[in-house]
Amino acid sequence: MSKNYTYSFLALIVILMVCFFANISLGSVSIPFKDVFSSLIGNNAEQETWKHIVQNYRLPKAITAVIVGSGLGISGLLMQTLFRNPLAGPFVLGISSGASLGVALVILGSGLFGGIFASLFISKWGIVLAASLGSFLVLLSVLMVSLKVRDTMAILIIGLMFASITAAIVSVLSYFGSAQQLQQYIFWGFGSLGNLSWNEIFTLFLIYAIGIIISIISIKPLNTLLLGENYAKSLGLNIKKSRLIIIIATSLLAGTITAFAGPIAFIGLAIPHLTRQVFNTSNHKILLPAVFLFGAIIMLICDSIAQLPNSDYTLPINAITSLVGAPVVIWLLVRKRKMIF
Amino acid sequence: MDTTNQHIILKTEDLSIGYTSKKETTHVASNVNIALKRGELIGLIGANGIGKSTLLRTLTQVQNPLKGNILINDKNILSYDALDLAKVMSLVLTEQITSKNLSVFELVALGRQPYTNWVGSLSKQDIEIVNKALNQTNLSDLKNKKCFELSDGQLQKAMIARALAQDTDLIILDEPTTHLDMYHKAYILKLLQKLAKETNKTILFSSHEIDLAIQLCDHLIVMTKDSVVSDEPCKLIEQGVFDTLFPKDLIAFDKKTGSFRVKK
Repeated sequence: MSKNYTYSFLALIVILMVCFFANISLGSVSIPFKDVFSSLIGNNAEQETWKHIVQNYRLPKAITAVIVGSGLGISGLLMQTLFRNPLAGPFVLGISSGASLGVALVILGSGLFGGIFASLFISKWGIVLAASLGSFLVLLSVLMVSLKVRDTMAILIIGLMFASITAAIVSVLSYFGSAQQLQQYIFWGFGSLGNLSWNEIFTLFLIYAIGIIISIISIKPLNTLLLGENYAKSLGLNIKKSRLIIIIATSLLAGTITAFAGPIAFIGLAIPHLTRQVFNTSNHKILLPAVFLFGAIIMLICDSIAQLPNSDYTLPINAITSLVGAPVVIWLLVRKRKMIF
Repeated sequence: MDTTNQHIILKTEDLSIGYTSKKETTHVASNVNIALKRGELIGLIGANGIGKSTLLRTLTQVQNPLKGNILINDKNILSYDALDLAKVMSLVLTEQITSKNLSVFELVALGRQPYTNWVGSLSKQDIEIVNKALNQTNLSDLKNKKCFELSDGQLQKAMIARALAQDTDLIILDEPTTHLDMYHKAYILKLLQKLAKETNKTILFSSHEIDLAIQLCDHLIVMTKDSVVSDEPCKLIEQGVFDTLFPKDLIAFDKKTGSFRVKK
């Protein structure tokens, strides 16, 4: 708290704006900066299609990237503090495996329900619903266990066990699924930021905003938890209530993001560590906004890379985040020897 | 002792401590009647496994008493909610803190949490209290150091400063001198004695450093298999309480020096 981070924050905000604009400017169709800008502020671009591309494709995609990056980063931060474990991420509670299970049941299991019923279900909202429901159910089980178990570490392991169980069910389902169904499931697993309509983004944003607000309310309990649960209790903190609130915030953020954009790997794990390199503090009052900015920036950059400027290829975003995220974690471990958090 | 010091901060009435499970109740100690007065340094001593930790856990409301009452400032401990209790009792535990990336100042400032607003902002007064706690523990030069850079002795001092910043009538420390060398054991206990006098807080600690405790404490609580006795150290020596503390085959208490000697 003695240090002043104002300049770092200003720099990050500028970088975020640059990345946001760069992300919108780059894409399979090359559009001049001037036209991108005028489309953004609602004026006409030189070509009508350019305006359409910017307003209905690139802008929603960039906004999704900001939501996904910041949301996953923050839920990673919450989990790392709650579980006192530098390797915790938003998915340790089984959120992504629950979502995968829901989606796998709908896509791979649809054969069981018959043709018409299946096609009804495999619409986009059907998949979003299945993913939300899946992660919600797995999370609910973890929550119920967490009310009984006093030890936070046990919850972490139970979350991992749930992940194993759902992974096993998914492999059984894929064994019986057809090639086409398998492909569809794998495509969902690639993750995607670009397929959301404005309506979907609005829904995503609403739940995301609730998650962020709960995270902000949790800043003080999170700082208290830095001392460990027994000390936190001696400072008057209601551990069970705080734990529940933090888990709910994480599941709202990570659960909805996974439902809409697919499982995005490594962002939740790597962003908090990257942030701690720049902001050498454990104080969540500084870490939370910093993780927000870093998450959004990194996600925009990953998406720009995935888009392969001026080409028709779009690489799976999940692969890019892993390619960026995993080396970051390795680099941090090698450089610092120890993950201090 | 002057009369201003007579106010009793913590008192137990026929307290029984132990554990209950579905099958049976294990009594660790019963009929514990102790009274901790304001501004006193009190040592809790006893052999391993005699129930020191159980007593501390009960006094700090980690577990419930089997029988009897604990009164803090004449009010039953059960009628305090967590936040109120945090304003009258602070702890220094044996466990390590989770994040050693905190600076010493940040660590001590977390002691102000029961008093700060929803986001934990420190007021001018909070910062004053934190700085005062750092001064009282001679940590002011280290306040910008990270906790992982500190030695065990310095870290223990920082934890004590954090408890001071919590500004409670009562500070309870669970074996604050373990892992420390002989000099720092004496240093920490001497510091506690100074703090009890200076701040007029009641400080209770459990320890195995019996000879140091005899020299420094105003009162000792001695736990033996049969009873829990509490009195001034010299009176306890006269009563021969320390002879009953351990099995007699290896060590014996020497009344003249106030310490244990190995039998030859």
